Amino acid sequence: MRFSVRKLSTRRRHPLAGIVVLLIGLVVVGGAYATLSPKPAVAEEASSRDVEAGRQLFLIGCASCHGENAQGIPTKSGGNYGPSLVGVGAAAVDFQVGTGRMPMAQAAPQAPRKTPEYTAEETKQLAAYVASLAPGPAIPESEYLDYKNVSVNDLREGGEFFRTNCTACHNSVGAGGALPDGRYAPTLEKVSAKHIYEAMQTGPQQMPVFNDALITPEDKRNVIAYIKRVQDQPNYGGLAGGGLGPVVDGLFTWVIGIGVLTGFAIWIGAHGARVKKKR
Amino acid sequence: MSNTTADYTPVQDTALGKKAAGPVEWLDDRLGLAGAAKKNLRKIFPEHWSFMLGEIALWSFVVLLITGVFLTFWFQPSMAEVEYNGSYAPLRGLEMSQAYASTLHISFDIRGGLLIRQIHHWAAALFVAAMMVHMLRVFFTGAYRKPREVNWMIGVGLLSLGMVEGFAGYSLPDDLLSGTGLRFVDGLIRSIPIVGSYLEFFIFGGEFPGEEIIPRLYMAHILLIPALLLGLIGAHMLLLVYHKHTQWPGPGRTEKNVVGYPMLPVYAAKAGGFFFVVFGFTALMGAIIQINPVWAYGPYNPSEVTAGSQPDWYMGFSEGLVRIMPGWESTFFDRTWSWNVFIPGVGGLGLLFMALGAWPFIERWITKDNREHHLLERPRNNPTRTALGVAGMTVYAVGWMAGGNDIIATKFHLDIYTMTEIFRVGIFVFPVIAYIITKRICIGLQRADENRILHGYETGVIERTPDGGYSERHAPLPVGAQYTLTAHDRLPELESSPLTEDENGVAVPHGRRERVRLWLQRRYYRGVLDKPTTDDVEHAAEHLAHHDGHPNAIGEDFQGVSETGIPRSH
Amino acid sequence: MSKDLEPTDGHGDELEPTEPIQDPGLPAHQWRPQDVDAAQEKRTERQISAMFGIATLLAVGFCVAYFAIGDEQTFLGWSAINFALGATLGGALLLIGVGIIQWAKKLMADHEMVEMRHPAASSAEDREETLDIINAGLEESGVGRRPLIRNSLLGAVGALALPGVVLLRDLGPLPHSQDKTVWKKGMRVVNDVSGLPIKPSDLEVGQLVNGEPAVFFPAEGKEEAEYHGHELLAAKAKAAVIVVRMRPEDITPSKGRENWGVDGILCYSKICTHVGCPISLWEQQTHHLLCPCHQSTFDLADNGKVIFGPAHRPLPQLPLMVDSEGYLVAQSDFPEIVAPSYPELARDQKKLDEKS
Repeated sequence: MRFSVRKLSTRRRHPLAGIVVLLIGLVVVGGAYATLSPKPAVAEEASSRDVEAGRQLFLIGCASCHGENAQGIPTKSGGNYGPSLVGVGAAAVDFQVGTGRMPMAQAAPQAPRKTPEYTAEETKQLAAYVASLAPGPAIPESEYLDYKNVSVNDLREGGEFFRTNCTACHNSVGAGGALPDGRYAPTLEKVSAKHIYEAMQTGPQQMPVFNDALITPEDKRNVIAYIKRVQDQPNYGGLAGGGLGPVVDGLFTWVIGIGVLTGFAIWIGAHGARVKKKR
Repeated sequence: MSNTTADYTPVQDTALGKKAAGPVEWLDDRLGLAGAAKKNLRKIFPEHWSFMLGEIALWSFVVLLITGVFLTFWFQPSMAEVEYNGSYAPLRGLEMSQAYASTLHISFDIRGGLLIRQIHHWAAALFVAAMMVHMLRVFFTGAYRKPREVNWMIGVGLLSLGMVEGFAGYSLPDDLLSGTGLRFVDGLIRSIPIVGSYLEFFIFGGEFPGEEIIPRLYMAHILLIPALLLGLIGAHMLLLVYHKHTQWPGPGRTEKNVVGYPMLPVYAAKAGGFFFVVFGFTALMGAIIQINPVWAYGPYNPSEVTAGSQPDWYMGFSEGLVRIMPGWESTFFDRTWSWNVFIPGVGGLGLLFMALGAWPFIERWITKDNREHHLLERPRNNPTRTALGVAGMTVYAVGWMAGGNDIIATKFHLDIYTMTEIFRVGIFVFPVIAYIITKRICIGLQRADENRILHGYETGVIERTPDGGYSERHAPLPVGAQYTLTAHDRLPELESSPLTEDENGVAVPHGRRERVRLWLQRRYYRGVLDKPTTDDVEHAAEHLAHHDGHPNAIGEDFQGVSETGIPRSH
Repeated sequence: MSKDLEPTDGHGDELEPTEPIQDPGLPAHQWRPQDVDAAQEKRTERQISAMFGIATLLAVGFCVAYFAIGDEQTFLGWSAINFALGATLGGALLLIGVGIIQWAKKLMADHEMVEMRHPAASSAEDREETLDIINAGLEESGVGRRPLIRNSLLGAVGALALPGVVLLRDLGPLPHSQDKTVWKKGMRVVNDVSGLPIKPSDLEVGQLVNGEPAVFFPAEGKEEAEYHGHELLAAKAKAAVIVVRMRPEDITPSKGRENWGVDGILCYSKICTHVGCPISLWEQQTHHLLCPCHQSTFDLADNGKVIFGPAHRPLPQLPLMVDSEGYLVAQSDFPEIVAPSYPELARDQKKLDEKS
């Protein structure tokens, strides 16, 4: 059937016309919102010597919350406006700044992952400055981040550590999960091996610490290997629905399954084309 | 059409027919098939899309039987621990139950095994969903009324068995998710007052998880429940044939007849074709949408769990009720009573199925309607029933959302506690709101129908009066459409209050119950619009026929106005 | 053809004078394009047989894919063989189905037919005759006249239910008291999976360790652990623990629990008291522990008290101390019953309290 305004117009009283218009409206509004919504501004700053440069960066970008000497700013109620960073180590800074969680864009239940505001060089300088305040976990050695060459045994053991320590919050394929009061365990999708390692080591925000004494660097590498394997392997069965499990399966059952089969039922029951001509 | 009747050779005269005549006669000599076939082969089935919804359930059940048989060739329902050595590397070398290892084997080492597993799971999810949609159709159109109450109850039984069957099925692979589900069921069984521990130890063969539960569930899943389902489906279909299908009212379609297409050939072809469609569509779903990736969960281990541990969708209602229940537990008679698990877990679905099973009888008790009904009611023409149905669906929906509250919370950045609190109140408040709104909508639709009967429909023809006013021309609906709109029961005369005492001052038996019933009856019909009377229609017809002021008469075959404002007819 | 079948243009038989609109009867039959236009009919015929033809090709394609595609091959990031088999099988089935339905809709006879209904009830004569037959049978049997035989038979058949029930007795053992786990005084808390014992100095503030009793791992110098298979799973289902470290000043131990921790290190059961999911969603800053199954929330700084959700009992705490080698060990078994509630829990808990 050729498209024409006239034909379209005659359908405006069709029972489904309202739904179609509603759908078009929603798509247009949603699309417009997605293009118009503000993107975070990117701050560019440059400096040279690591610790000193880091201190300068810190004073500009971090001190307003964490205090001029990174000692933290307590609030009247006894909480922290920004916690003390003394002793958190280079790993914590590398994770928080490197994943864009810090600096926070606004007060929120949880600092979300976003595009980093500091370059890798600046992040290194900030980390160097914070690490110079007191000893703390360092940025992991690259030998523990080389997850690609682990043996089958290591992979299996990584899986066991992952299911015992991580899946309760992050879900069995690392899709993330809910926590109280609007907080959440973030997805592990597209998180670099270094950042996963640092998160385990430092316990950012509500996440507990899994330090190297109890989950050894080799164990951590194996966990990373398992996460990466599960996320990089094919979705053998097809569209995975975000790895969220039966809730999404139920959604597919009703929307796609019952939706399409009801469509077939309507087609079978439809009266079909008729002509005035008689035999 | 050219070659229909003219050159048709009767089947007994064809070459094949001549060959088959002997065996067929042999069979008929012994079984008397012709008698039964004569009555039923040309049985009439009315046509409407909503009558095919139950078929989705029937055909997905057949798909389940076919794919299920395939899966039994390799599945091993054993909880004995083995070391996995199949192709899926991340689990290789791990201790796991044979059930889980064999499920992995089917998924990765049997060609097409994953496909059949996924078809089986999708068909199961669709089986229960289609039963539910079919049940909603039957409910909202009043198809369960006399003489079909027994078939309604069989349907309720099928739905509940289908859910148990599905639960047993998704518990079999013994992966972390299904084991977590079994752990929940263990807690649920324990919560049953007094006998909880006994039931737990008998069902699990000792303390959770034991070694018995998967073999036992397997037996229930492939033998006991399918046999019951088959028997009930058979009874369901037999009663359908005996009662003949209900139909929508319309010209020539009355309580006394059934209008439609004969079983042979039209309906057999449509229904048979629909089987292939359902099978084909579930196969496509199995090909492109992953369901229950057991390998991602890992083997069951009572000290592991995954975020987003949910049951399959049909248990989501129960799961949600359990999540929003406050933590009530009490101790008396030296016993612990876990209301926090028992009430939502056992009570929720129990109440749902009891309400469903009892509804036809409650409705009949309230309305005292003892006639047979073969014509369906449009939902708007029974606003109270429709509103009650929507209220029930609202309760179910709140349970569903509560069951997925963690997924909703992460996807929409909401607070899980606030959601739980809202659902705790909402499960009581939302249905009431839904009831009121639905009833109003129904009555509004009834008014719109009345308008269309009495004032005709808007033609889109704008007329100008000599004094300059504009108005839209209305034209009467075709008689067939008018008849269809009015072909439903007139509201009954409301009964007056019964005497509670007879003339001697002696209390009438059941007086109080009768008063309750009459109060309910008044509520049931309150605000409902009756269809127009003969007088109304005659009056309106006169008004509509009044041609004064209409320069042009609208012909019989008027088909509306084109977008340029020109009246069309075909 | 049955007598009930009538041609379609019969009129609705019964006119109810009280109704405003009378039944106009079935409308006249309208023909389909295929009925009146031979070219259209041919086209539809070709269309349908084309569907069946493609379905045949797809069925062959299924077999080719089965033998030709390897396990490891992928398509769009999915398993290629799963997709290929499903798409060919599903496509073939769908085309066959759509073809058959299209045949029925477009080419098979299209006249609606009318069949009359009969009341579902049997006729009055049938009922009476049936009653007579039943009465004759009952009378001849003498069921009414011989109550002794009748009642003793009913009793015997009723008694048959007993063997039926008794036979089920061995489904499982009788429930025993569930107040004990494998924990006992001096048993080390070890890291799950690796089995490493834990020193207090290994733990930082904010650290979480998913622990198990040492007995689940091979003792020193031994190859095998004491527990295996389902016995291990059953023991784990009650004995799994979490060890957390908080700042000692944040902890508010209730009376009698002051010395249950070591420098702010506390140990709790990992098994939710609601329906038994293992819980380890510990928020290190709020000290709250959330169950991923039904969102019961426990405050670990406040003796495992329930602060939200459907759980009722607080999370049982395992009293900790340090052994001679400096590792964390249990002071005793759990003083409270772990895992979900059961009817005899109140009784068992009372016994446990008396013992201690």
